[in-house]
Amino acid sequence: MGRAGGRRRDRLRWSKLYTFSCFRAPATDEAVGPSSAGGAVGGPGFSRVVHCNNPAIHRRKPLKYPTNYISTTKYNIITFLPKAIFEQFRRVANLYFLLTAILSLTPVCPFSAVSMIAPLAFVVGLSMIKEGVEDWRRFIQDMKVNNRKVAVHKGDGQFEYKHWEDLCVGDVVKVEKDQFFPADLLLLSSSYEDGICYVETMNLDGETNLKVKRSLEVTLPLEEDESFKDFRAVIRCEDPNPSLYTFVGNFEYERQVYAIDPFQILLRDSKLRNTAFIYGVVIFTGHDSKVMQNSTESPSKRSRIERKMDLIIYILFTVLVLISLISSIGFAVRIKLDLPHWWYLQPQNSNKLDDPSRPALSGIFHLITALILYGYLIPISLYVSIELVKVLQAHFINQDIHMFDEETGNTAQARTSNLNEELGQVHTILSDKTGTLTCNQMDFLKCSIAGISYGVGSSEVELAAAKQMASGADDQDIPLRDVWEESNADGIQLVEGVTFSVGNNRKASIKGFSFQDDRLMQGNWTKEPNSSTILLFFRILGLCHTAIPEINEATGSITYEAESPDEGAFLVAAREFGFEFFKRTQSSVFVREKHTSSKGTTEREFKILNLLEFNSKRKRMSVILKDEDGQILLFCKGADSIIFDRLAKNGRMYEADTSKHLNDYGETGLRTLALSYRLLEESEYSSWSSEFLKAKTTIGPDRELQLERVSDLIERELILVGATAVEDKLQKGVPQCIDRLAQAGLKIWVLTGDKMETAINIGYACSLLRQGMKRICLSIPTGDQVAQDAKKAAKESLMLQIANGSQMVKLEKDPDAAFALVIDGKALAFALEDDMKHMFLNLATECASVICCRVSPKQKALVTRLVKEGIGQTTLAIGDGANDVGMIQEADIGVGISGVEGMQAVMASDFSISQFRFLERLLVVHGHWCYKRIAQMICYFFYKNIAFGLTIFYFEAFAGFSGQSVYDDWFMLLFNVVLTSLPVISLGVFEQDVSSEICLQFPALYQQGPKNLFFDWYRILGWMGNGLYSSLAIFFLNLCIFYDQAIRAGGQTADMAAVGTTMFTCIIWAVNMQIALTMNHFTWIQHLFVWGSITTWYLFILAYGMTLRSRDNYQILLEVLGPTPLYWVATLLVTAACSIPYLIHISYQRSCNPLDHHVIQEIKYLRKDVEDQTMWKRERSKARQKTKIGFTARVDAKIKQIRGKLHKKGPSLTIHTVS
Amino acid sequence: MDPFEVEGDSRKSNKPKYSKFTQQELPACKPLLTPGIVVSAFSLIGILFVPIGLASLSASQEIVELIDRYDTSCVPMTDKVGFIQNSKTDKTCTRTLTVPKQMKSPIYVYYQIGDFYQNHRRYVKSRSDKQLRYKEAAGLTKNCEPEGNSADGAPIIPCGLIAWSLFNDTYTISVNKKAIEVNKKGIAWQSDKNNKFGSDVYPSNFQKGNIIGGAKLNESIPLSEQEDLIVWMRTAALPTFRKLYGRIEADIMANDQLTVVIQNNYNTYSFGGSKVLVLSTTSWIGGKNNFIGVAYLTIGGLCLFLAVGFIVLYMFKPRALGDPSYLSWNRDILD
Repeated sequence: MGRAGGRRRDRLRWSKLYTFSCFRAPATDEAVGPSSAGGAVGGPGFSRVVHCNNPAIHRRKPLKYPTNYISTTKYNIITFLPKAIFEQFRRVANLYFLLTAILSLTPVCPFSAVSMIAPLAFVVGLSMIKEGVEDWRRFIQDMKVNNRKVAVHKGDGQFEYKHWEDLCVGDVVKVEKDQFFPADLLLLSSSYEDGICYVETMNLDGETNLKVKRSLEVTLPLEEDESFKDFRAVIRCEDPNPSLYTFVGNFEYERQVYAIDPFQILLRDSKLRNTAFIYGVVIFTGHDSKVMQNSTESPSKRSRIERKMDLIIYILFTVLVLISLISSIGFAVRIKLDLPHWWYLQPQNSNKLDDPSRPALSGIFHLITALILYGYLIPISLYVSIELVKVLQAHFINQDIHMFDEETGNTAQARTSNLNEELGQVHTILSDKTGTLTCNQMDFLKCSIAGISYGVGSSEVELAAAKQMASGADDQDIPLRDVWEESNADGIQLVEGVTFSVGNNRKASIKGFSFQDDRLMQGNWTKEPNSSTILLFFRILGLCHTAIPEINEATGSITYEAESPDEGAFLVAAREFGFEFFKRTQSSVFVREKHTSSKGTTEREFKILNLLEFNSKRKRMSVILKDEDGQILLFCKGADSIIFDRLAKNGRMYEADTSKHLNDYGETGLRTLALSYRLLEESEYSSWSSEFLKAKTTIGPDRELQLERVSDLIERELILVGATAVEDKLQKGVPQCIDRLAQAGLKIWVLTGDKMETAINIGYACSLLRQGMKRICLSIPTGDQVAQDAKKAAKESLMLQIANGSQMVKLEKDPDAAFALVIDGKALAFALEDDMKHMFLNLATECASVICCRVSPKQKALVTRLVKEGIGQTTLAIGDGANDVGMIQEADIGVGISGVEGMQAVMASDFSISQFRFLERLLVVHGHWCYKRIAQMICYFFYKNIAFGLTIFYFEAFAGFSGQSVYDDWFMLLFNVVLTSLPVISLGVFEQDVSSEICLQFPALYQQGPKNLFFDWYRILGWMGNGLYSSLAIFFLNLCIFYDQAIRAGGQTADMAAVGTTMFTCIIWAVNMQIALTMNHFTWIQHLFVWGSITTWYLFILAYGMTLRSRDNYQILLEVLGPTPLYWVATLLVTAACSIPYLIHISYQRSCNPLDHHVIQEIKYLRKDVEDQTMWKRERSKARQKTKIGFTARVDAKIKQIRGKLHKKGPSLTIHTVS
Repeated sequence: MDPFEVEGDSRKSNKPKYSKFTQQELPACKPLLTPGIVVSAFSLIGILFVPIGLASLSASQEIVELIDRYDTSCVPMTDKVGFIQNSKTDKTCTRTLTVPKQMKSPIYVYYQIGDFYQNHRRYVKSRSDKQLRYKEAAGLTKNCEPEGNSADGAPIIPCGLIAWSLFNDTYTISVNKKAIEVNKKGIAWQSDKNNKFGSDVYPSNFQKGNIIGGAKLNESIPLSEQEDLIVWMRTAALPTFRKLYGRIEADIMANDQLTVVIQNNYNTYSFGGSKVLVLSTTSWIGGKNNFIGVAYLTIGGLCLFLAVGFIVLYMFKPRALGDPSYLSWNRDILD
């Protein structure tokens, strides 16, 4: 855009048009002493002093404030080592292993020191490297932000570019269009003459509509670089705090004191829009800024399974201490009673470790030995294996081609890998709306003019519902084919005559306009019966707004910069209908009208007399204008309920039809507005105008009320013209995804910063709400009580509302009735207070869907915490903006959408995906798999280590509790690290109960996670019992086999090495057979690892037997055990004995009490799904949790409704079997 | 997206490359526990285990074993410890045994000691492998405490408690009054003799201390030829253990009279251990051990029983494989 054009536009005095937010009260009002508005300034909490344009003061004490450098890393170079090591040893198991490693340097240790230290160093080192890499990434991201550039006044009216991190409090900065503000600024002036600017606070609160900020009148002259040469002022204001919507401070300029309010504050991370540039002075830098104050320390999250695992480790510790105590008591007793007689030990030469005269001391030393010796009960490699497995799982998530977004080129990213299995246990999803569910792009889709509905295109909801109905029809009990008539290939007609076009000929060539109806296009509307009303409708679209046209000088095309995307869509629609708004001046709006395709265009000018602005309370906006004929018109658009209330008697002609259309539109998830107009007499207007002027100049807090009241006077006696239906474009696949997630039994809450109406509309659009759902709306009625009373009254009223809602839910008889809870931010603030939150939560959990509107980032986090702690189940928060960061961090799992907006949400998240719809695959496929994998893996780990560790203990009892191990040190060292690690890792990485396809087809399978079928105490104890059994079988069978007699024809008897090696062979076989029985899914990798582990064992003893280090194991396989049949016979016997109980268990379970995935595996195995497709289809459609939200529910409701109607029609139709 | 970042053409290159591995679509075999497999698995184990059990049981049954506990009868009733510790007393003891069944050569002669903790950690540790192997390592006696060096500081070879407490009872056997040779060669593992005990390492300073532990060694024979020592040095896993004493390479007929002249030197009386002389033949499973056969038969029998049990279960409570009515959502309705 050319500079000249910009200037011209900049001349607009917006304050003249905007009545409420932009209105500037007389200047005298602003020059207040520190005693009034900024009364607290200077007091505690309000001590900040900023010397504008004099940053040098702020580089020294006492006014030194933090720099604008931000850092979100956990460590720095110096703190990394101590801090990361500390983090590592916060894990109890690691601490234990550290202790044993230290003790291994003393003679009490039964093993060599290396075999204790090496695994620990490996495990800890690996984890620390992982931490380091993750932190490095954060650092790089911070550097990117810190190195952004901004123009800073360096003196003498010169500006130069500096890095953000070098900004200092008091600096004057110049921020240009579409740049982010580098710090919290006080707005001094803008490219607009009256010092306003537009900001987008998407990153702060998720709202996409532009907000108007305005500077103080006194700073308006500072509109050029040079004017800052001698600019000096002092700001005294509040200290840094996280409240985004408040600001208290004074601006001292030229010996006057002016109060600053939030309207003058530009917050870091919001974006300058529609304004060429602004000047501002830095108030809060870096971590002092409001957005940083809002961010909480990113918590380290651990999954439920891991927390439970810790508990089990504590239990194992207890067992360990217990058996060590038994062992050391046994040792002390034997030392006291027996050792003096054991001459072959030369007890007279004892040292303190086994001194018969001091058995208690020896016992204590032995306790330490025993604790180290039985340490194999605690799987040291568990943590490192899990970490490794999770990294690999994360890699699979990152590499999943089905979660790759072609548009943005982003893959899914598991940013912290330690929550993979938590994805399989999610109970509640808390979702942001804008940018997550919707693209925040509006499409004009339908309209109703003069009681006739135009627009044949279908909303996404309709399309998907129609598809669902078409495909799901034959699943139903009654032959719905009778009800549905397939009229043509791409359309399905309901008997009622509602047509859903399923065709894919929907054009989206014009952004924001998907309207299709030849009756209105190409000027055909002139042939319609009510063409004059239609003309009026189009004029309202083109004139009743606050947008600014922007002419692309290269192509001549016009784009609109509108405050809200809806308005943009209206203007695009008006342009397409032939009413192109192309110019706005201070007092007029210019429209190029083109009535038919043949005739040329006429430019018309409409004089704007007043603009009654939109706000959430009024829910309407109006313009009063004078057309070229001198006629004064009021155009009003607003929420249907508001408009309908204000209709004149003669303006209700189309009310019935229009409201029917509005309902239809609403049900298909469209955002609707009603349009109306009123003709004003000159006299009527002028009398009102004077009153309006009076209200406008009122001083004091009454002003807004007065303005509202006066506006209300004129916005009456309206004549309804029609209604618009705009589709807030949902992200691709959102309704389907929500539907599937609901079928998987997940609860979905929507938390949005948007208005209640918008939120409700989106609720409809993505099927969270539907017609016929009972809606419980909680909000604080606006009253005019005194402040303290208001709070109490509000609380009481809310309490009553919640109680009523609960009562309503309780009294509901119909099992299919669904409730929806909609709560607004103010009410939520009360509902989250301690005395009320449980009531609120109870009500919310009863409702099928919950929508919270107008919530602040902090509230989002609080709601998340309430759900997390109140329900006690896993929560997942998903969002895309910086305003979602709190909630993402608070939830058990935070998912960031790596879309168009900033990276804050992604940076704070545990997983990032580029589209909401990928959440389905992330949870239902990866979550499900990871949960089962990790659960089985941990169970198996406990099994394996119990089976192994206890045999060491049993042997002790036969070795006088002396701390001797029957196994070679090397066997023990390799057991966890080499011989049994890979199969369990392959279980953790590759196991699949069913394929990804089936996971998606049978969402009900997901419930195995939230129900925790695979990691409940029953199962854990079962596995532990199995371990106990195996240890007993392995030890005692071998004991009996190798008791005392010769082990082979050569007459040799078994020594400790032979017995130990045989037992160890049995263990290797038993645990590997066990894992083979546990696995459902063998790729070549599992085969390689499982059978390879066993082979490795033999190869190892073969090789080990070649070295003399092996002591008694020298040539053990080749000479001693290999040629001994008893060895092989014993291996077979013990392996079988260990596996049979588990085999019995799984055979019995499968035959008598199969789980869902068992049955599905069988169906797949027998190819029944191919042979009996009806059954397969039927089960697929049944494999869902009962949903009250989503399409399916909507379709069900619709079908029920149709059935009801058919029923009434009587026996002429063949359907009687309506249940 | 950071507005200051220029978006490159990296979009497409971000796309994960398709591979069966990363998409977790590797071909896999998914074994399924169908009733057929369950029944055949159990039957197979049963069918495999029962013969093995029978074979080992019969092998065990063929073995002839003569067991004679002599520690109690070869000492006076009073002051057994004093008797055994006195080096002056005559400790000869004669035992007569009758062979119940023909014993085919080779007949192995064992000594069995009870309640002797050869597996005690203090005992197991007390040896020096390097010293046993290498002549140069004679001084490496650190691990051998408290039997490392003699009183004058010279290294004891072989050092350590294990060697020091070497078993020293001797058996002289005659059949029907006719002396019979007990071959004491080849009773140790060949690899031990060849590689673990040096052929140039000779005993020195052995059993020269104040207390004599057990047997003395001939200082002119290298350790690799001291097979008694080599056998003894292989510590036993359990406190009751047998060790090979020698081999009789002649058949002994049923009802033959066996006379064993025992030099009852070894002190098991201090700790109340037993000493047993064992003569045994062997078969492929080694010595007499019914346990393994019984265990195999038990498990085999159990598996056959289970196979039948599952057949019965499938007959009386049949569930068609992949019967969708067992899916939880269908079952919920039934409930």
